[in-house]
Amino acid sequence: MYEIVRKEQLAANIFLMDVKAPRVTHSCLPGQFIIAIAEEDGERIPLTICDYDREKETVTIVFQPIGASTLRMSELNEGDSFHDFVGPLGQPSELCLEENLEETKKKNIVFVAGGVGTAPVYPQVKWLKEHGVDTTVIMGSRTKDLLFFVDEMEKVAGQLCVTTDDGSYGFHGMGTDQLQALVDAGQKFDHCVAIGPMIMMKFVCLLTKKLEIPTIVSMNPIMVDGTGMCGACRLVVGDEIKFACVDGPEFDGHLVDFDQAMARMQQYKTEEGRKKLAYEEGDTHHGGCGHCGGDK
Amino acid sequence: MDGLVRVPISEQEPKVRATNFEEVCLGYTEEEAVKEAGRCLNCKNPKCVGGCPVSINIPAFIHEVKERNFEKAYQIISESSALPAVCGRVCPQETQCEGQCIRGIKGEAVAIGKLERFVADWARENGVKPTPAAQKNGHKVAVIGSGPSGLTCAGDLAKLGYDVTIFEALQKAGGVLVYGIPEFRLPKDKVVAAEVENVKSLGVKLETNVIIGKSITIDELMEEEGFEAVFIGSGAGLPRFMGIPGEQANGVFSANEFLTRSNLMKAYEDSDTPISRGKKVVVVGGGNVAMDAARTALRLGAEVHVVYRRSEAELPARAEEVHHAKEEGIQFDLLQNPVEILTDDKGWVTGVRVIKMELGEPDESGRRRPVEVEGSEYNIDCDTVIMSLGTSPNPLISSTTEGLEVNRRGCIVAEEVDGETSKAAVYAGGDAVTGAATVILAMGAGKAAAKGIDAYFKHQ
Repeated sequence: MYEIVRKEQLAANIFLMDVKAPRVTHSCLPGQFIIAIAEEDGERIPLTICDYDREKETVTIVFQPIGASTLRMSELNEGDSFHDFVGPLGQPSELCLEENLEETKKKNIVFVAGGVGTAPVYPQVKWLKEHGVDTTVIMGSRTKDLLFFVDEMEKVAGQLCVTTDDGSYGFHGMGTDQLQALVDAGQKFDHCVAIGPMIMMKFVCLLTKKLEIPTIVSMNPIMVDGTGMCGACRLVVGDEIKFACVDGPEFDGHLVDFDQAMARMQQYKTEEGRKKLAYEEGDTHHGGCGHCGGDK
Repeated sequence: MDGLVRVPISEQEPKVRATNFEEVCLGYTEEEAVKEAGRCLNCKNPKCVGGCPVSINIPAFIHEVKERNFEKAYQIISESSALPAVCGRVCPQETQCEGQCIRGIKGEAVAIGKLERFVADWARENGVKPTPAAQKNGHKVAVIGSGPSGLTCAGDLAKLGYDVTIFEALQKAGGVLVYGIPEFRLPKDKVVAAEVENVKSLGVKLETNVIIGKSITIDELMEEEGFEAVFIGSGAGLPRFMGIPGEQANGVFSANEFLTRSNLMKAYEDSDTPISRGKKVVVVGGGNVAMDAARTALRLGAEVHVVYRRSEAELPARAEEVHHAKEEGIQFDLLQNPVEILTDDKGWVTGVRVIKMELGEPDESGRRRPVEVEGSEYNIDCDTVIMSLGTSPNPLISSTTEGLEVNRRGCIVAEEVDGETSKAAVYAGGDAVTGAATVILAMGAGKAAAKGIDAYFKHQ
């Protein structure tokens, strides 16, 4: 069992947890992910590592409940435990490897984080700061109430730009608008990391292709085992089939086929929706979902 | 006539079992087992033992069954096998022990597998456990993977007195026995979990949720955690796909994904993990995994077609599995090969375009090579395609272990006789070495490696 030593509600529907997991903190690096299972026979939920403390042996995860399993996870409290918690999985971010540090120091790096994507961006920015690399971070959300980690990011970013789609805080617009504005103002970037919803990463990549800024994205497709066994997370990158769990999760964003990846994300939407409804409504469910037959 | 035919065994009716996940074969009763055991000729030079990859003393245990000494029979089997309840169910006995049986020349071979299963089930139901080592020798050995090879290697080493820890990447022990083989062939709680408990009762420690090569490397296990030798039984790896157009479409799954969702994650019981319940499913491939996927899809409510590029005689699956699949209503579209997955404008599967094949000259495997019949393409409508084409090795361990040699296919190179690899004190066996094979071959390799590891310590 893996104890939750801290839980925070970061925003209306976004949760942070520090989970005791010595096997993970032994070797994890920014860019990698873990898989958590809330209770026995629960679903395997992959989450990018948001922070880690090797001394306290804790891993920080941030997530937004969207299905039955993540809802169940959000109901766990400090002192409760995950039934299973395994990692680190996937390849670490190339920016955060000691052996690449000389190269990395020469780059002007911009991060574009969207929504919960702020969480996996944070450890990379922090790692770079600790290794003497200042970066620009654009972090955005739909509205002010969904923003989190602003103060934390302020401490580690060289330049922080916060955006909201509705203008309720910071720059009024999307991350792509902010990036364009910075470039228009004469700032130069030669490396971009975009992490967030697939649609947002797609649009960042369209822009950075035009601006000729090499861009890395972190893909979060459907996964089951996460160890290179099931093939559910396969993506087309360039002309090749890649497995996000062992080859990724980070890829060259200009080579990723986002439309196909987004189509594949729809595969279990109906089943997931049903399971969420069934979980939320429990015994009070009396049909109307179109599947259970309760309304016939 | 008497003695030529086996004592028949009860099975669930095909029509009934096609709608549930209960075990297909119900096993022998005591009376049936004793009667079947009576057919054994107790040969002086038993050919069956030579056909068994773990060399169980078959005539001896069958003799004890005949005498109704079931506990004695169990102890004889467990001298050689850590997983008799599993092997009795999933071994291809017809090509191994039973394939060598003298009874098989004129009539039917003795039902060795079914008798093994009876003995193991009897032992479990009567609380009989294997006997642990009298004395520990203090040497620490790490076993990577809790599948058939790992459990066997760990069990054998523990019986020799070693301090063994198994590291498992998934949340449950059993490897392919848990994620791959379905409940209706191998019950998870009743059989697999009980066999794992038996191995643990020998003193073997088990740590789940540890990915060797990621959480910790083999070198770290040896340098930081004091393990003096390591056995790698990490199993097969990434699923293969055909590389045809449309394969990325929604509704195309690897057999590994489909079976893992159903078996390990219990999606068939409506757990939180979703599974696609197709209306019409095409399974591509003809091995045991393809049969498992097809029969699982059938039980989830689909009409199922198995598409295989060679003819029935070349189907790599066990005859019993093919027979069961047919009885349950699975259709075999043989001598056909997919050339394209057809999709709608939203990227969902609508069918498979296949081409007819004919058999030409034998290829390297000795089987006749399938050749496309020009202009014979046609479409099969379906909403789900399950690719069951085998796997290629997982790179997690080989890429993080310096000095561990792999062959050109990416499989770990290990000696067949004792599992020795190119790296000192590191042994390997099972699918990680051979590529996808059977449970019993993996167990044989685990057994050989346990002997190899024991010899390594003795020669130090």
